[in-house]
Parts: sequence; structure tokens; C-alpha cells
Amino acid sequence: MLENLVELLPEIGVALGQTGLMLAIGLGAAVLFGGPLGVLLFLLSPGQSLSALRGAALLHRLINAVVNTVRSFPFIILLVALVPVTRVIAGTSIGPLAAAVPLSFAAIPYFARLVEQCLREVPRGVIEAAQAMGASETQIVLRVLVREARAGLVAALTVLAISFLSYSAVAGVVGGGGIGDLAIRYGYYRFQTDVMVLTVAILVALVQLIQFTGQRVARRLDKR
Amino acid sequence: MSDPRSEPLIRLDGVSKSFALPDGRRFEAVRDVSLSVRAGEILGLIGRSGAGKSTLLRLINLLERPDAGRVHLAGRDLTALKPAELRRERQRLGMIFQQFNLLQNATAAENVAFPLRLHAGRSRREIADRVAECLALVGLADKADHHPAQLSGGQKQRVAIARALAPQPDVLLCDEPTSALDAGTTRELLTTLADVNARLGVTIVIVTHELEVVQALCRRAAVIADGRLVEQFEVADATRLARSPLGLELARLQRQAASLAALEASAAETSAVIASIGRREVRHA
Repeated sequence: MLENLVELLPEIGVALGQTGLMLAIGLGAAVLFGGPLGVLLFLLSPGQSLSALRGAALLHRLINAVVNTVRSFPFIILLVALVPVTRVIAGTSIGPLAAAVPLSFAAIPYFARLVEQCLREVPRGVIEAAQAMGASETQIVLRVLVREARAGLVAALTVLAISFLSYSAVAGVVGGGGIGDLAIRYGYYRFQTDVMVLTVAILVALVQLIQFTGQRVARRLDKR
Repeated sequence: MSDPRSEPLIRLDGVSKSFALPDGRRFEAVRDVSLSVRAGEILGLIGRSGAGKSTLLRLINLLERPDAGRVHLAGRDLTALKPAELRRERQRLGMIFQQFNLLQNATAAENVAFPLRLHAGRSRREIADRVAECLALVGLADKADHHPAQLSGGQKQRVAIARALAPQPDVLLCDEPTSALDAGTTRELLTTLADVNARLGVTIVIVTHELEVVQALCRRAAVIADGRLVEQFEVADATRLARSPLGLELARLQRQAASLAALEASAAETSAVIASIGRREVRHA
């Protein structure tokens, strides 16, 4: 009964590595590009400091529309639609590195929206106090907004990591590999129930771990 | 330019400010106000809620940009400054708020250090020394490592005062600083503000709707109604004729306080007399 599992053990190790790689690249891109995009969305929104600039309203509407459009794609459609782009960026359209491209593409606007929402929680008065002390825009972002919203930002990253753990399973379609792909290929297509149970158990454990760690860090950072 | 000694520290020249309402109309918060504040004085801006007094205060450090008019600080036109220059000039204008507006994820010491770290030119050592000095000034030296959530309302406002004073400003702008505090804490805070004015010579402009605050702290008061400056007067001046309802109210409070003080004095005298009569009777018995 368990020979399936024994046979598959080395593959599970590889799959874990692939899942880790896809998540790391996706989340990295989200923080690197989605974070600033979220800050920009927040600062351009009505009543915030950049909204008075010329063209701010137009830019805000444009970014909003792009974020909404990308987020409305079902991930599997995005995956397929982006194949040409993936070929250019990753040099191939199969494998975990290639799968990381559409994952990043979906993660960036997702995280941008979460960041925007977090920053809205920062009381306006605190931002004004910093302005009154002569803080520049950059200083307000880095020393006020990020600092005051940091617990929420960590919670947002946790939500993102968990959603993208399951998105990464879909990436099996382009040979992305990973734990979820294993569950589909062996557990589902070959009716190997034990493999299915094990992979799902691993996913459950991963989600618990991410949630637990995220919550702990967020609580540590929150002094409010 | 006139003689720099006669030039007031803050001079508002015909400033106006209106806001767009959600229904598309405009709300005139401040209408053509001209007002001067001399160095070292304590000026109270009083008025009912919605009168425009907070907006007027926020025009002084350009948290609100006036639609018309000029704002001068020590003879310098703030409205004409480039953004970077304005940021530097804002170090001379400390500000405290009703809701304190401290960084919640920073300790008291980090909050006080905040304005000092914004502008280049101060060493780590200088900043640490100044933070300790300012916290001691407001009596919170032992709370340096506490976060705002661990402090009471009065303590939070003290941290805010320390933060505002850290860059050694000429002016302290106070936007309803006691409205979120109870009566006892308010009295303590007013003592601190009076102390800051007397010992450091910091000019104070305070917005409040509590006439008791004006009476306890301010030397001069300006009454704002409907965005206009209706009258201004020396608070202690008993001979003035008030024109606005708030001015009348303040005069009444002032008389009340004076008669209360007289009453207390005579009560103390009476009880002293009674006590001495009592002693005499005991001796007679």
C-alpha cells in the first residue's frame, strides 16, 4: 500500500524545492514591485499627498484599472495567455522558473491592493504630524506609513503566500512542478490515494506554518 | 521691510481658505483674516466648532495652503518658499494635536527623535541628548522606552509636546490639545504649556473651544466666527467691551473667577475668625 509513497519520496523533496522557488520568486516580485505600486495607489487616492499633482486622478484611475483587470483573470487563463511573455523573460515556457513569471504577474497587483488597504489604516493625523515636522514624501512613506502599517503588511504577505501556494499547484499545467502538481499528477490522475493524502497533508502543514509564522511576526511588530 | 524688532513673529495677511464640499459647493473656512502674533506671547484662537479656527491654525504652518493672502514667519513669506525650504522652515513651527498623532509603533524616545532625524546635520549623540532633555522637560524621562499604547492620554500629549519642542522651534501650534483629556489632566497640561512659554520663550498659538483653557493660559485671545476674525483682546483686560458672544462669555468667566477668588479669600478670613472665637470660648469655659 505504501510502496507508492516510498517510490515517490525523492520526488517529494524536489517538489518541495520547486514550490519554495515559485513562492520565493512570486512573493519577492510582489514585495519589490507590488509594494511600491500599492504605495503609489494610496498616495494618489483622493485626499492623499500626491492627489494634488496634475494628472494624479488620471494616473490613479489607470493603475486602478490595470490592477483590477489583472486580478480578474482566472489564474489558469493568465498562465496560458502569458506564455509568450514567459518565453521572453524566462527563456522557456516550462518548469518552475517559467511558472514563476505568471505567478509574479498575478502577485504584483494582488499585493499592491493589499498594501493600499493596509496604508489606509494609518490615521491621517499621524501623516499630517510628520508633514508639519517637515518630513518629505519619501520620509513619510518609509518612516511613517511602513512603520505604522507594518503588522498589517506582514499579515497581507501571509495571505498572499497562502493564496499563491495553491496558485502554484495550477502551475503544474506548464510543468511548473511543486507539491500541488504532485497531488494532481499522481494522486488525481493515477488514483494513488495515499499520494493524494500525503501531498494534501503537506500542503495543510505548510499553510499552518505560514499562517502561524505570519501571525507571530505581525503580533510582535504591532505595538498599537 | 519694516524694523525687524517691530515685525511680529507670525503675520497673516488677508488669508482665505475654502474647501470643496461633496455636493460641489465650496465651504469658506477662513475669510480674509489678518492676524499678528508677537514673539513670546500666548494667543488663544477661540470659536465654535466649524468656525474655522483649526483651519486658521493650520494655515500658519501651511498644512493648508491659503487660496489668497500671505503667511509670514519672522518676516519670511512661507507661501513663496520652495518645498525643500518650507520643510526646513517647519522645524521652527512645532505642532501638537487633539489626538496626539504619535507613531504607535515607536517608543516615546523614538517619537521625540523623529523630527530630529528628518533633517541632516545632527549626530546620533546630539539626538540622544536632545531626546533625553525634552522628555525630562515634560516629566517623562522614565517613560522613554514605553510605547504610546502604554501611556495615559496626558502622558501621550506630553510626549507630543516633547516631540514638537525637540527641534527648538520658535512657535508651538496647539490644535485643541486638551479636548481629549479630563479636567485634572487638562490643568496639568496647561501648566506645562505655560512653563514652556515662560522658560523657553516659545510663542504659543492655541486653538480651543474651552474658554477655561483661554482663561488659564492665554494672554491674548482672538475670536473666530464664520471664518472671520471678529475681535481680539487682552484676556486680563477687565475694561474692554466685548462684542462677540464668545467674548462676552469669556468676560463673564473672567469676572466669575475674580469674584470666586475674592470669595475664597473672605471665606478663609471668616473661618479664621470663627476658629479664633472658638478658641476663646474654649478658654472661657
